[in-house]
Amino acid sequence: MPRLSYLKALNRALGDELARDPSVVVLGEDIRVAASNLTAGLLKKYGPERIIDTPLAEQGFTNFATGAALAGLRPVIEFQIPSLLFLVFEQIANQAHKFSLMTGGQARVPVTYVVTGSGSRSGWAGQHSDHPYGLFAHVGVKTLVPATPADAYGLLLSAVRDDDPVVLFAPAGALGVRADVDPTELAPVPIGTGTVRRPGDDVTVVAVGHLVHDALAAAEELADQVSVEVFDPRSLYPFDIDGLLASVGRTGRLVVVDDSNRSCGIGAEVIASVVERVPLAAPPRRVTRPDGAVLPYAAALDRAVQPGREQLTAAIQLVMKG
Amino acid sequence: MTSTAAGVDAGPLYRTVRLIRRFEERAIDLVRAGEIVGGIHPYLGQEAIAAGVCAALRPDDLITGTHRGHGHVLAKGADPARMLAELCGRATGLNGGRGGSMHAADFSVGIVGANAIVGAAGSILTGAVWAKRRLGGDQVGVTFFGDGAVNEGMLLEAFNLAALWSVPVVFVCENNGYATTMPVAQAVAGTITGRAEAFGIPAVVVDGQDPQAVRDATRAAVDAARAGGGPRLLECRTYRFDAHHTFEHDVRLDYRDAAEVAQGRSRDPVEIQGARLDPEQRAGIDTEVERVLAEAVEFALASPTPDPADPLAYLYASGLRPRPGSA
Repeated sequence: MPRLSYLKALNRALGDELARDPSVVVLGEDIRVAASNLTAGLLKKYGPERIIDTPLAEQGFTNFATGAALAGLRPVIEFQIPSLLFLVFEQIANQAHKFSLMTGGQARVPVTYVVTGSGSRSGWAGQHSDHPYGLFAHVGVKTLVPATPADAYGLLLSAVRDDDPVVLFAPAGALGVRADVDPTELAPVPIGTGTVRRPGDDVTVVAVGHLVHDALAAAEELADQVSVEVFDPRSLYPFDIDGLLASVGRTGRLVVVDDSNRSCGIGAEVIASVVERVPLAAPPRRVTRPDGAVLPYAAALDRAVQPGREQLTAAIQLVMKG
Repeated sequence: MTSTAAGVDAGPLYRTVRLIRRFEERAIDLVRAGEIVGGIHPYLGQEAIAAGVCAALRPDDLITGTHRGHGHVLAKGADPARMLAELCGRATGLNGGRGGSMHAADFSVGIVGANAIVGAAGSILTGAVWAKRRLGGDQVGVTFFGDGAVNEGMLLEAFNLAALWSVPVVFVCENNGYATTMPVAQAVAGTITGRAEAFGIPAVVVDGQDPQAVRDATRAAVDAARAGGGPRLLECRTYRFDAHHTFEHDVRLDYRDAAEVAQGRSRDPVEIQGARLDPEQRAGIDTEVERVLAEAVEFALASPTPDPADPLAYLYASGLRPRPGSA
């Protein structure tokens, strides 16, 4: 079976949608040369009319894409730096997201924002290393964080086809993930559906994005002590709470591992959504970046701020004692 | 007779400025009566701009408006009754009562929406017009904004994108002298036309109190843009006759002296255009406008309010239903 990388899967999804739907256009900075590789080969195939390099004017071109969507196109914007989403938060949360309701259903804004390389990329320091998915989930913008190549492909397809704005975070820690994939089985993944990556009986670990792979590794390490189920939500908003409740309903224990800041983070929301619905056998735990984290530059400090495998293992062991 | 010919030509523009004027006066009454909650930003005094600009547009051309946007919506051809119903928060409103004064939109007549964030709409409109062209249309677009918006980076980014990609947009600045209470002279370094010229966008200053002057300047700009000449900017010099927002009717803000207000109000676009009509023609239009607006008020106040059981209808175009806030 052919090996497919996560980044290649995103590239293939974008190419397939450009081929399928002439209303799809891609906008972004340095995308003609495919600085991040997301758009590799697309300029040659689809030309500069559809693979459009923008000036460094993030607020302007984000609103521009909203307007283009209002007029009938399906723009995809690539952001190669996750913190640029802070700059365009108004344009996404306050403009694109609000048009449908504010116009009483006259308008739709099918724009996809792809963040190629979110979170830490090691050494990119404070202003290039955030993971602001929780902000978009909070305001109700559809927010996807695929963990595997097949999901990267399938969720990007669904995002482009969706009639609402969708932000897709491709964590830097997942871009290099490769998997054996049967190309004929690549298909859209419905937004809002999670999946159990590893079945288990004793504790459910909810892992976001690249941390799914850490959670799977931790589960294997602990396999002789505890049976860990790994739940990959894939979509943070809407969140597959029913899927998660089915898992926690069986295991009765919950740990969330999430590479974003702790206060008001997605981990808190996941735990609250579970405990208001089902009783747990032990207090739930979350493993996150610290409160208010700013990623420091030095490699050891960068790693120290991100949720680590040891912290996750400790959290699993703690909830098993409780 | 030439005067009759001029009167016939002048009539539609007069009707639009008169309609906007009387609509706004009735809307202010409805604010005072508590039927319009949240208040409005009255367009009184600036009617010539919306009327003149939209007279130069086709029905399928696109516009975006501002927080002070009722005039744009009416001049572009939205139904005054449904506009008034929107202001009154009724289910029959243009936006189903979901948008209100600052978000009125009617895509069926090219109104891509009023926008409550100063400077935001320019880039949205530029993208919309660009897309229409990509899809084979020959529409142009107009984005209205105030003098306050020329200090917003987002708008300057729109100037750049429109010029760079030769998008047929006419940027219409309604310079009424104040960004809320901030005088232009204290807020704008350089000039408004200079902002556009820096991007290679031809810009002219227009008498924003004269509907015909605005219409003629817009026609020239629209023709050039539609022919492929790229964007244009019109700086329409005008004066806001009333408050920034109706809250000023209750809370007096001291930023314009009486002499200045009197001077500003002395050039009234309704009177300027009205003087171009035969008195009989003018009276006939006035009567017709009163009838339309009386029916609009009746329609709005008789319309049902939206069902509070479903306050977030239309939140997602895809039909996704959000979790409720409790239970």
